[in-house]
Amino acid sequence: MSKIQDALMGKKNFVAFVTANDPDLEATVENVVALAKGGADLVEIGIPFSDPVADGPVIQAADVRALKDPDLPIERIFEAVGKVREKTDVPLAFLVYFNIIVQYGYERFAADCAKYGIDGLIIPDLPTEEQGELRPYTDEENIDLISLVTTNSGERIPMIVEKAQGFVYLVSSLGVTGERTTFAKNLKEVVRDVKRNTELPVFIGFGIHSPEQAKEMAAIADGVIVGSACVAICEQYGKEAAPHLEAYAKEMVAAIRG
Amino acid sequence: MTNENAKGRFGRFGGQYVPETLMPELNKMAAAYEEAKKDPEFQKEYADLLANYANRPSILYYAKNMTEDLGGAQVYLKREDLNHTGAHKINNVIGQVLLAKRMGKKRLIAETGAGQHGVATATIAALFGLECEVFMGKEDTDRQQLNVYRMELLGAKVHPVTSGTMTLKDAVNAALQDFAAHPEETFYVMGSATGPHPYPMMVRDFQSIISEESKAQILKKTGKLPDTIVACVGGGSNAIGSFANFIDDEGVQLIGVEAAGKGLHSQDTAATLELGQVGVFHGMKSVFLQNKSGQINPVYSISAGLDYPGVGPEHAALAETKRAEYVGITDDEAVAAFEYIAKQEGIVAAMESCHAIAYVQKLAPTMSKDQVIICTVSGRGDKDVAAVAKYQGVEINE
Ligand SMILES: Cc1ncc(COP(=O)(O)O)c(C=O)c1O
Repeated sequence: MSKIQDALMGKKNFVAFVTANDPDLEATVENVVALAKGGADLVEIGIPFSDPVADGPVIQAADVRALKDPDLPIERIFEAVGKVREKTDVPLAFLVYFNIIVQYGYERFAADCAKYGIDGLIIPDLPTEEQGELRPYTDEENIDLISLVTTNSGERIPMIVEKAQGFVYLVSSLGVTGERTTFAKNLKEVVRDVKRNTELPVFIGFGIHSPEQAKEMAAIADGVIVGSACVAICEQYGKEAAPHLEAYAKEMVAAIRG
Repeated sequence: MTNENAKGRFGRFGGQYVPETLMPELNKMAAAYEEAKKDPEFQKEYADLLANYANRPSILYYAKNMTEDLGGAQVYLKREDLNHTGAHKINNVIGQVLLAKRMGKKRLIAETGAGQHGVATATIAALFGLECEVFMGKEDTDRQQLNVYRMELLGAKVHPVTSGTMTLKDAVNAALQDFAAHPEETFYVMGSATGPHPYPMMVRDFQSIISEESKAQILKKTGKLPDTIVACVGGGSNAIGSFANFIDDEGVQLIGVEAAGKGLHSQDTAATLELGQVGVFHGMKSVFLQNKSGQINPVYSISAGLDYPGVGPEHAALAETKRAEYVGITDDEAVAAFEYIAKQEGIVAAMESCHAIAYVQKLAPTMSKDQVIICTVSGRGDKDVAAVAKYQGVEINE
């Protein structure tokens, strides 16, 4: 069993997200550690991308802040992960658009994930059918490739979850990331379809921001993923976001495990 | 012709690198297209609209003045500017919208750079009574106001896109996001031979009418195959359509002309195949202008239809196998060609097309008089008159 799956099985989980280098890498290290201290079960670190097509306005804006210098070397983000690892064992995943990995090199990227302490990769623009070229390298380093299922995946679900690793990321509603007030009506059925085909935990993400929503979603799945709401805190408090993220994580964890 | 496999690969390029939300819909589209392609009814309707609505076949015009002036190869112009709506874009839009109708879609979306693809989509939407929304970078809505008004006149809603560099790439981002949010009722009419499978193959097929006609026309006029085909490349749809029926004729040289903007050595360029690296973006593996970290570069060209940081995957494959050659033409050279072809031939050609013309001006004199160049004039230049005037320091009221 992978480190991620091992850490997340058999409980309700809270997964938090921050964009790396928003507003700088020192803050990112503090923010990730704070989220872990607040009780996050896994922290996703977004590698900023010039064209985050799967993301809504809040995360897009974070990517713009993080790419003040568009030449920010990806190596520096790995070094920040290394600093996080000096302070916490919380499972970590990168949210990364595929082109970043293509440029870095598949083998080197997987090796650096292992070296600095990244446990999984969420690649929004790499559907299951295209995972083959990267997979040998991530498997070699025991890095989980986390698969996304959407509410319109339908008959694709068995094929997707058969190859899934770590956990299954169920997208709550069609479209991009960002806070929402309503979710797809068939979420419960999709969770059931996924669970029929895999033992992996299923987490729901996209749009969740309030403790009430988190509680509602955690009731039908194994956990929730919260992105834009965490990023909005980073936007509001800049370099001083860490204590606010910690408090927010505590509140969400309490709601989920309530 | 380059053979794409079932997953839409051209050599190592192409593929379907999109969020899961889009996969079910793209698979449906690919299956529907495979069926349509074999359906004589579909092909008949497509041919009928091309002939009786879009004004095809477009003429292959012998540019006598240019030929004499350049003093080398004989220059023929494939006049896509004479199509209804003024560019090659309509060929592709008719095909895709017929497919959308077949799939029962009621809502069309499109991205547009210069506005030509948006106008073509709005036009066919009006013809079939479909809803149409067009995404266009704010920079482009400003420099192509005439086309924005044309789209609105045709009943389309134009969304100025204010994210990123506010140009074509950002318009594609916005259209992909809209498609991901409303996949079931929407058909995204892609404007170039770019994006995830099945678009590059489908757009190539619909634009192949250009070379299907030009091949027959040149054989009739000269009794032999041409020596060289020249076409401009933004995403690469008019070029792939101009090349398609000649790819298997190895003696025919294929040249794609990209926008070098302020020069290949400047930051302000859009010459993807000369300066880019292999990457994955907008659903395809291809070649992109990007930095070392993999961030997509802002690109620049005077021509809104060419300033795109990528190129269709089939062009990436043709470049890699050296079957086709790709060159860059600067703003200055393209503007000079705009004036040249107007004065020589009485044709006001699109700024995009003038990149190809400018290259012909360089190439023809190096060839012999019994050789033949076919250059695709992908569109007409009315939309660019004000911008060229401004470039030359003349302010005119449109
Ligand atoms: C007249 C004209 N030519 C060429 C292009 C470039 O597109 P492509 O490379 O797909 O032919 C455009 C795009 O807007 C255009 O309007």
